Amino acid sequence: MKKLVDLARVIRSKNAGPYELTLDMIFKNNEIYSKVKENKLINAEKIAEIYKIDKDLIKGIVYFDPAYAVKVTMKRELASGAYGDSDIYGAQQHAPLLKLEFDI
Amino acid sequence: MKDEFIVLSPTAILGYGFPEESFYRGLEKNPDLIAVDGGSTDPGPHYLGAGKSFTDRIGVKRDLRYMITEGVKRGIPVVVGTSGGCGAKPHLDWCREIVEEIAEENKLNFKLGLIYSDIDKETVRTAFKAGKISSLDYVPELTEEAIDASKNIVAQIGVEPMIDALDRGCQVILAGRAYDPACFAALPIKEGYDEGLATHMGKILECAAIASTPGSGSDCVLGFLGEDYFRLETLSDERRFTKESTAAHTLYEKSDPYHLVGPGGSLNLEKCEFIEHDNKGVTVKGSVFEKAEKYTVKLEASRKIGYRTISIAGTRDSILIGQIDSVLKKVKIRVDDLLKKESMNGKVHFHVYGKNGVMGSLEPETDLISHEVCIIIDVLAPEQSMADTICSMTRSTLLHYGYDGRISTAGNLAFPFSPSDIKAGEVYNFSLYHIMEIDNQDLFKIEVKDI
Repeated sequence: MKKLVDLARVIRSKNAGPYELTLDMIFKNNEIYSKVKENKLINAEKIAEIYKIDKDLIKGIVYFDPAYAVKVTMKRELASGAYGDSDIYGAQQHAPLLKLEFDI
Repeated sequence: MKDEFIVLSPTAILGYGFPEESFYRGLEKNPDLIAVDGGSTDPGPHYLGAGKSFTDRIGVKRDLRYMITEGVKRGIPVVVGTSGGCGAKPHLDWCREIVEEIAEENKLNFKLGLIYSDIDKETVRTAFKAGKISSLDYVPELTEEAIDASKNIVAQIGVEPMIDALDRGCQVILAGRAYDPACFAALPIKEGYDEGLATHMGKILECAAIASTPGSGSDCVLGFLGEDYFRLETLSDERRFTKESTAAHTLYEKSDPYHLVGPGGSLNLEKCEFIEHDNKGVTVKGSVFEKAEKYTVKLEASRKIGYRTISIAGTRDSILIGQIDSVLKKVKIRVDDLLKKESMNGKVHFHVYGKNGVMGSLEPETDLISHEVCIIIDVLAPEQSMADTICSMTRSTLLHYGYDGRISTAGNLAFPFSPSDIKAGEVYNFSLYHIMEIDNQDLFKIEVKDI
């Protein structure tokens, strides 16, 4: 098993507008990225599992070849800045990904 | 048309600053345009609704002083997008005042263009009734009530009003809310360069050196737009654009990196290529602009939902931390009871750092393992004085609450500040984040002033 933190050089979250959260995982090289992409190691089930959320909250997963990156977009439970929101910029919602491991 | 159109982007957001050396090094390349993005919705709904900038006046004035004095002296147009942080009229006026001060202090004369992107409620209501407004994913359906309650409705304008202002001879342009790439793309598109490449280059330049590596929010970069490519160069030796940094930036803050939707069309990057050079540059090819059948703009607005008062406190007591959820629940019930009896309106929310303060309900970790916990009492009420009262009540209830097994009887909380309660003022929610079809660009008023 290999840890995502050892395979990726960027793991981040950010708002994509006030109503969506987007997670970016940028892999260290094309070789690692291609393996992840071919085996669809980042998929909606996996993300739903580690975030303990309903799969339906995940809007989409896009593999972006030019950056060796995978992007996951999900619904923000609360719009940015709504009463009770805890992360206006959405920049600190990536932590569950740091624990992710793959059989690669 | 010259072989290459050169754009100097001094900083990621107007007011974030840049090194003087980078800026002058950029000017040595004789840029055709100096452009900067002045804002974002990222800092949340307050600033748009309250008509205030999230950027600092002194920082904004300092950046603009360099841009305008050098731009006017050398005959280089200066274009600012989303002036004043959110680009509504109060933000644009705030920015205009700064520009007028700079002009007076430095004895500069120029033609200033102001582009208002505010949309009046009647226009929005008419479009709504005509079915010309649609919701983006996860955004609540629009209602007339939401339109009425909104303050400062703005549209993200495209390049067209900026081209109009440039055609009228404006040397400095302050635009209201604008699509981030527009201030960089307007002049080259006007001069006949490809719209797809100009927009994609603008998309990267709007964050300036953030797209290079190591990234920085406060450094200058240059974009060179050719007939069928654009390339990017940093202006300080410590950073460079790489294939990865540039491609990775295309992902930033977007849900679909292959199709970036903007005013009047979208950028298709399916065939886009990123080519790296040894000497700190990257060339990009293949970005295509696809015109939409109907011209649409994104509307943004906020509505006031009340006033906030907060109190920040910590606890180091393991007996309390072990039952923090149930204690806070009971405190809330007691406060809600008091509110009901006193006929007061308000809400109490606890942000509990050390438990799920950062991720809230999205936090998957259920075990609380911190030896200390920070609690922010977050009160929202229709009036400031009521928010103050409810916060005070909640604070004192929690401070002296007799939870099970309590042996520390002097007080449950450690306050870092006196006064312990902080008035946080007006609270806003985003009320509009919708797509509106428009028939023409006359909605956006342009004012030309001789300074």
